[in-house]
Amino acid sequence: MKRIFIKEEFCIGCRLCEIYCLVEHSNSKDIIKAFKKENPRPLPRIIVEEKGYLSFGLQCRHCGEPPCLEACMSGALHRDERTGAILHNRDKCVGCWMCIMVCPYGAIKRDINGKKVASKCDLCIGRGLPICVEKCPNQALILKEG
Amino acid sequence: MCVRQCAFEGHSYDPETDEVISREEVCVGCHRCVTLCPTNALTVRRNPLDFRPNANWTAWAIRNIFKQAETGGVLLTGMGNDRPYPIYWDHLLLNASQVTNPSIDPLREPMELRTYLGRKTERLELDYRGETVKLKTQLPPQLKLETPILFSAMSYGAISYNACESLARAAEALGIYYNTGEGGLHPDLYKYGKNTIVQVASGRFGVHKEYLDTAAAIEIKIGQGAKPGIGGHLPGEKVVEEVSKTRMIPKGTDALSPAPQHDIYSIEDLRMLIFALKEATRYTKPISVKIAAVHNSAAIASGMVRAGADIIAIDGFRGGTGAAPMVIRDNVGIPIEFALASVDQRLRDEGIRHQASIVVAGGFRNSADIFKAIALGADAVYIGTSALIAMGCHMCQKCYTGKCNWGIATQDPYLSKRLNPEIASERLINLIHAWSHEIKEMLGGMGINAIESLRGNRLALRGVGLTDTELEILGVLPAGR
Repeated sequence: MKRIFIKEEFCIGCRLCEIYCLVEHSNSKDIIKAFKKENPRPLPRIIVEEKGYLSFGLQCRHCGEPPCLEACMSGALHRDERTGAILHNRDKCVGCWMCIMVCPYGAIKRDINGKKVASKCDLCIGRGLPICVEKCPNQALILKEG
Repeated sequence: MCVRQCAFEGHSYDPETDEVISREEVCVGCHRCVTLCPTNALTVRRNPLDFRPNANWTAWAIRNIFKQAETGGVLLTGMGNDRPYPIYWDHLLLNASQVTNPSIDPLREPMELRTYLGRKTERLELDYRGETVKLKTQLPPQLKLETPILFSAMSYGAISYNACESLARAAEALGIYYNTGEGGLHPDLYKYGKNTIVQVASGRFGVHKEYLDTAAAIEIKIGQGAKPGIGGHLPGEKVVEEVSKTRMIPKGTDALSPAPQHDIYSIEDLRMLIFALKEATRYTKPISVKIAAVHNSAAIASGMVRAGADIIAIDGFRGGTGAAPMVIRDNVGIPIEFALASVDQRLRDEGIRHQASIVVAGGFRNSADIFKAIALGADAVYIGTSALIAMGCHMCQKCYTGKCNWGIATQDPYLSKRLNPEIASERLINLIHAWSHEIKEMLGGMGINAIESLRGNRLALRGVGLTDTELEILGVLPAGR
């Protein structure tokens, strides 16, 4: 399957991936409305980790053997047949947060209000290029087969 | 985003008021924040606050005095001369074919831009044996360029490793050359050696056997257009671990290049160094000598050719720099247009023009400038500033601070990773391709199909708005004649 690879040596820590991801997954898809009007404010599905000069944008790795899939008792987390991506079905999610507990990357974020999983990378399925890859100004995120 | 991107700390976030605050006094106008802002919320404009209008005491003059009164120091600056001196390229116009000689469409017919730099022989002797013809004369070493453009000397230290790698990769892909400047050659870039011109400058940084052996050509740097008569000064903060290893100097120390080469006080001394380098590389590489364009460039160039230089590089007063005293950059040297015309004429008059190729540098902005330079007599053109702009430089002229927000003129690892050689080399390749296309279009319009036919053909040029003396020095006729 096509995955997002990280080139941390070129991540400049600008966090534009977070911003564009948030907007892409908001209701309005408008940057001003997404940040200022939508309540609760949508969360980005990519997180820029930073320590010293090192930084990189991390999102769900869509593992070959995903611990979250095994831990999910309701079957909300499932593998998309067509693309191989690990997706989250909000209707099935019971909010046990076991996926959050077992994810070795910390790539899943919780939704305290709805008691559900709030943010999890969906590889922007249906969009073509994931928005974070498209908008990264320094090509630090690339989509390739792997 | 803007807060993180500005190395000059022009933006800050106040969590108390939940607002981003901008400080215009530190803004250098590099447009990094403007370019990356996802909401297009930023613009950079000149602060309207100005002094009482005065044609002599401009805001520029007054502010410089304020700065020097505060610090007692020499004003530093980066990039090329930005004062409003005449740009003679803009006073030269090109010819084109009409009726009596057909123009050529470069999209339909082949066009030759290939250029060879180096000493040419007096005559060629051929050996005819039936059908086959063999060259009997042994040719001196030549540099083969697919288009008459090279990337100027920019040292590792002044610019980041990623910038050097971008230039090297682009030069390799384009079949041209880049120049290391005086900062040595990073071991990881040795693989681009066949597209590298290495410099031997007054500081002799990073010069050793492998350095000379790896390169395609060696350039002795006497002077630089932005600071003729002045040495170099790479501040200690920029001499990080890798730079210190490459330059072979202690980490964190200022890298000072002396103003003169202390073993070259005459043309005879220059000859000794040229032949020492030729001897060291077993006469396999052309040796270039680079000087700044100064009043007596023509006489010096004649001496350089006689001293054995295979290529003479002349850097005009608009040539860029990583750091130079402003008073030198803005007031010393002469326009490259005049230097080129007078050097080419002098070498022709003396019958030694074929003994060396002329490469000119200093503020070439577009393909037309390059085209006009070749018509004036240049063999090829060095581009530095326009290559930097292609990589992302926005000409804020703060190279000397080491805080380049575009990751070019900096050694700060947080900033230098902003320049991805994948992207930057692609942009350089695009630029040179675009300019080469335009050069072909202009050649075709003139009805010629090889850059050789343009070289030194001053009849292809006409001057507008120039005095008789200027026209005479440039060796071109006024428009209409």
